[in-house]
Amino acid sequence: MRKNSTEKVIELENISISFGGIHAVDDASVDLHKGEVVALLGHNGAGKSTLVKILSGAYKRDAGDIRVRGELANISNPRDAKAYGIETIYQTLALADNVDTAANLFLGRELRTAWGTLDDVAMEAAAREVMGRLNPRFQRFKEPVKALSGGQRQSVAIARAIQFNAQILIMDEPTAALGPEETAQVGELIKQLKYEGISIFLVSHDIEDVFDLADRVAVMKNGQMVGSADVGSVTKDEVLGMIILGKCPPAAQKGPGAVNQ
Amino acid sequence: MADNPKEEVAGNSDGGLVARSFGVIEHGLQATARFFRATEIDTRMLGMLGALILIWVAFHFVSDGRFLTPRNLWNLSVQTASVAVMATGMVLVIVTRNIDLSVGSVLGFVAMIMAVVQVEWLPELLNRNHPAIWVIALTVGIALGAMIGALHGFIIAYMGVPAFIVTLGGLLVWRGAAWWVTSGRTVSPLDSTFRLMGGGPNGAIGAFWSWVVGGLACLLVLLLILNARRQRKRFNFPLRPVWAELFLVSTVCATVLGAVAVANSYPWPAGIVKRYIKNNNLNVEPSELFIAHGIAIPVLIAVCVGIVMTFVAKRTRFGRYVYAMGGNPEAAELAGINTKWVTTKIFITMGMLCGIAGTISTARLNAATNAQGTLDELLVIAAAVIGGTSLSGGVGTIAGAMLGAVVMQSLFSGMLLLGVDSPLQNIVAGVVLVLAVWLDGIYRRRQG
Ligand SMILES: Nc1ncnc2c1ncn2[C@@H]1O[C@H](COP(=O)(O)OP(=O)(O)OP(=O)(O)O)[C@@H](O)[C@H]1O
Ligand SMILES: [Mg+2]
Repeated sequence: MRKNSTEKVIELENISISFGGIHAVDDASVDLHKGEVVALLGHNGAGKSTLVKILSGAYKRDAGDIRVRGELANISNPRDAKAYGIETIYQTLALADNVDTAANLFLGRELRTAWGTLDDVAMEAAAREVMGRLNPRFQRFKEPVKALSGGQRQSVAIARAIQFNAQILIMDEPTAALGPEETAQVGELIKQLKYEGISIFLVSHDIEDVFDLADRVAVMKNGQMVGSADVGSVTKDEVLGMIILGKCPPAAQKGPGAVNQ
Repeated sequence: MADNPKEEVAGNSDGGLVARSFGVIEHGLQATARFFRATEIDTRMLGMLGALILIWVAFHFVSDGRFLTPRNLWNLSVQTASVAVMATGMVLVIVTRNIDLSVGSVLGFVAMIMAVVQVEWLPELLNRNHPAIWVIALTVGIALGAMIGALHGFIIAYMGVPAFIVTLGGLLVWRGAAWWVTSGRTVSPLDSTFRLMGGGPNGAIGAFWSWVVGGLACLLVLLLILNARRQRKRFNFPLRPVWAELFLVSTVCATVLGAVAVANSYPWPAGIVKRYIKNNNLNVEPSELFIAHGIAIPVLIAVCVGIVMTFVAKRTRFGRYVYAMGGNPEAAELAGINTKWVTTKIFITMGMLCGIAGTISTARLNAATNAQGTLDELLVIAAAVIGGTSLSGGVGTIAGAMLGAVVMQSLFSGMLLLGVDSPLQNIVAGVVLVLAVWLDGIYRRRQG
């Protein structure tokens, strides 16, 4: 299933971070190949969001290395990550509530006129185009995103991530607030992006979706990596066992978080 | 509205009439809604203008026609200038959920330094009344304001001390520093050119140039609207109907030209006309000569500051980041915005504006005193808040804050005109502030 298993675009090696006394992520390693979708699974509070936020520069790790395309990467803030072509859809969406859709899509990377002023019209045009792809019914371009519905906001967050030709995409529960139709649309989008050679970390709780979209699953428990496996080589029940009990099936690659049987 | 209960009762016998009259009302409401949508007028701003006009008319009647005179309105405009200038910066500060309690003291300190520079230092180096003195003093004031703002901003953004505390400290520190510069001595008189920035008969641009400025402003409005139309055409976006555009342009131009007409109908006082006649060896009676003040220079400065700050807030990346941070600072950071640096820049801007405001107020007084700008921070914050800046961040306009400054100053000068003593003035101002924010809250909740 994997298109090009030779090139690893992301390697997270022995990442650890703790908040106060809590080891949110503890010695976790996972990698991502070009054009691959890796689903990150785990119970609530397992450390999935924290791990991907380290990759996107939102948190500074206490220990561990990040390699991008094989080279040691220096990611200590969101700007660094973006410079490596890493775009993130945060679980909390991280939208600027008081500005409109176009302003959110281009936040930090505004289009400007020849005079250096904001080119709002051009940004609105681009916003209409990309939103048309995701959510054709969406029309409220003039309103601050605070006034949008949860699903519309999620669409804006997704649009922002795919707007800038990302090489690596992190999607932290991107469809949590979406209706069935929009969820299907995001599923199609993920397949399309994968086809274009974009590598994706997908954090999700929906096993069905994961088996439909992902090439590989990586399961976390209490901040540690239970293991990872190709979706073709494990069953849904086995994956559930990894999530709930930390039991690593024989076909999976075992991590430090797996229980000893 | 016309739908009183009587009509409803009467409607029991004649349902058709009620239905029809409701139909008319509904039609009227729809038309109003359509009007506001087409012109994209900010209804909140309109409400504030309405409140201001109400205040003016009320004072006019209570004072037996002494409020709405060219003289009073002209003075009102000059008195508002300094607070209005600082209010434009306070909008950015409050939009990012910060506060600046130090602006009055910073104004006082910067003003004192500017006065010392032009009265005691520069005349030693250059000669007295050297034409460059005012520029150097002004530059020193703005630069010093910027440095103080940078210091505040650095401590707030990079050292993580809350703005409330840093600027509360600043309030004490800079007031004390202002005293220290001259051990409390008042510095006066100031450079004659510098004084023009404070208004007065000489510190106004006269009738001819006032019309020129008014004409240019109208032209600018026209160009802006045409440009916005062209931009939207570029991407085939829906355009505003032409009648709506014409309505906007003509209303704004009428207001601008009306203001110029008022400024131009306030003549120089007799004493100054006499001196003018003597100095120019004219052969006319002082009563025959009508020389208009025209727009006061401090007002012109304030309007220019307002235009520049609106441009900064609406059309630059910095302005965009300010509003984005106000809504959700963490999201702005995650979007890759350097929020610490943006915060520092906001306080630098605020400091520079204190320098400009200090220039206006010292020039008007022809002196720098130890108490200059005392309590200005409260007026400035009140102006911004009355003008619709939300203390929870993310919302606020420059124009609104300047209008808020005019409302505050109108209240004070109206009460002064009526001979209300100052404790009562403060009581009224305080009540109005709370009332304005309460009404604004109701308005916003209804808007959703
Ligand atoms: N900023 C923070 N400060 C303190 N503790 C944190 C912080 N962020 C996360 N944690 C803790 O780290 C642990 C992992 O949280 P994380 O958000 O990564 O979980 P998750 O796997 O994404 O869960 P969910 O499925 O609920 O989104 C939790 O125990 C959480 O309480
Ligand atoms: Mg999470």
